Amino acid sequence: MSALVTDDQIAAPDDLYQALVDAHEGLADAESRQMNARLILLLANHVGDLAVLQEAAAMVRASVLRDRPDA
Amino acid sequence: MAQVYEHPIFPFTAPPELLEGRVGAAPVCVVGAGPVGLAIAIDLAARGVQVVLVDDDETVSHGSRLICISKRTLEIFDRLGAGAGFAEKGVVWNKGRLFFGEDEVYSFDLLKEDGHQWPAFVNIQQYYAEDFLVRAAERLPNLNIRWKSAVVGVEPSSDHVRLTVETPEGRYDLDADYVVACDGASSFVRRTLGLEFEGRAFQDRFLITDVTMQAEFPSERWFWFEPPFHEGQSALLHKQPDSVWRIDLQLDQSADPEVEGREENVRPRIERMLGADAAFEIDWISLYTFRCRRLQRFTEGRIFFAGDSAHQVSPFGARGGNGGVQDADNLAWKLAAVLNGDAPDALLASYDAERIPASDENILNSSRSTDFMTPKSQAVRDIRDAVLALARDHGFARRMVNSGRLSVPAVLDGSPLNTPDVGAFNGPMRPGAAALDAPVVTADGTGWLLHQFSGDFTVLIYLGEANDGPPDGWLSTLPAMVNTLVIAPISGAGALGDAEGQLRERYDLKPGTVYLIRPDQHVAARTRVFSNVWLEGALARALGNGGETA
Repeated sequence: MSALVTDDQIAAPDDLYQALVDAHEGLADAESRQMNARLILLLANHVGDLAVLQEAAAMVRASVLRDRPDA
Repeated sequence: MAQVYEHPIFPFTAPPELLEGRVGAAPVCVVGAGPVGLAIAIDLAARGVQVVLVDDDETVSHGSRLICISKRTLEIFDRLGAGAGFAEKGVVWNKGRLFFGEDEVYSFDLLKEDGHQWPAFVNIQQYYAEDFLVRAAERLPNLNIRWKSAVVGVEPSSDHVRLTVETPEGRYDLDADYVVACDGASSFVRRTLGLEFEGRAFQDRFLITDVTMQAEFPSERWFWFEPPFHEGQSALLHKQPDSVWRIDLQLDQSADPEVEGREENVRPRIERMLGADAAFEIDWISLYTFRCRRLQRFTEGRIFFAGDSAHQVSPFGARGGNGGVQDADNLAWKLAAVLNGDAPDALLASYDAERIPASDENILNSSRSTDFMTPKSQAVRDIRDAVLALARDHGFARRMVNSGRLSVPAVLDGSPLNTPDVGAFNGPMRPGAAALDAPVVTADGTGWLLHQFSGDFTVLIYLGEANDGPPDGWLSTLPAMVNTLVIAPISGAGALGDAEGQLRERYDLKPGTVYLIRPDQHVAARTRVFSNVWLEGALARALGNGGETA
């Protein structure tokens, strides 16, 4: 049974994308990496469900591996 | 080197095997007089077993090595008659502080409640710990300690193990019914049997030093991630007796141990931490890489492995030595019960069944702590640093910061010796848990619950306000190896008092509740409705008679 919601739930996709871009505005690369990492942790706590996080991580990992040149 | 402690020399005396030129025999031979070997030898001897303990040295540990003695280990050493020295000499601590850069991000209290005899931890050099244990061992006439006696041959057979022992006056053979190998990570017994460890090695090097200095740090565990005095790495500070401080500094993977271990290179690192004008002497320097690994099995026929010979962990969490002492606690009563004819051989199989999961718990926790300190890629370091940064403001992130999950006694869930609860219970004292201490009112005044347990099984019954005595006919029908402990809110009429109500709360006691406690003070079974059938069943199961249903 899937716990992770992958249906489209976003009312204003352009606004959401812009919010992520804005969050990195003016940050150096190292700061941006921290921006991403802290955002993941804060949202993971908001979700509060290990199974959801594991499912999401597995899905993204598969997607990353699929993009390997030799895949 | 400014060490205050003077190492005693324990003389070699030629044993009868050498004097009479014959092969010796012993029910149990324990190999290695470190804390684990001493604990198991004392425990066995106190249970009436004839024990030979051999050690290749003639004194206690040279370095301070293991310094954090956990509450459970203190309770075990106290049971073995060696507790007083730890209470007098040890540095008590319950609190830890975590720093990220220059900021304190988190502090924790490992013992938030009162009503316990022992603190969460006592810090003390390993040589003191071994000294106290040797003194307790020397009081036992059936415990024969043989110093300067190195095992150089191991020959297992179906009904005994032949050990060859080398001494300053020659070699002899000793046939032991059982051998307990407590001879450390490079165990000769293990290597002779061709047994390999399975697990992980960590590449990062850690510099571990003891310095003597007058300093005002409190007796707390202080841990730094990326401190200003040791850029990009971690550091740990512990207080020991005799104005000695333990400082662990993480180095990177490229550190050359020969170069980094020189005092001229260690001193500037300590000065950066303590200040250029700090007065200190370096007592001990050691460079480590850590391993988290174990044997596939801790029992090979008549040979048992306990402590570092069975499993190793990184030191963050103090789970190595303390885990080893729990091995000793677990094995001694079982081996004694089998040798004394009180239990079938099957009981011995529960050593692996109980201590391998406990070892895996220690390995898991220590591996995760070490991983947190030594991120393996830039992306993982980003996540780790994000946790530390968020910890300044958010409780959820503070709980992820991992500088060591400190040793607590393993709950032996899933043990074949446990009997399922009869009735509903709350609280931590489920079957398999190590019994929690609590104050009790005795006929002589006040005392501690754990002191009331005998070396055998204990049946603890709670009477409630009425204090109208145990169930009819109960006391006359208990098996010989079971002692009774009656608890009531107010002491009297043979009952111990639970004046503060802490015992009732910790054990979720209601009038008529009965616990069966094992000789190693772990809970075997509990019921809301006592019957002799229940007790006989639970006792048989706890002695390894559980059969196929286990």
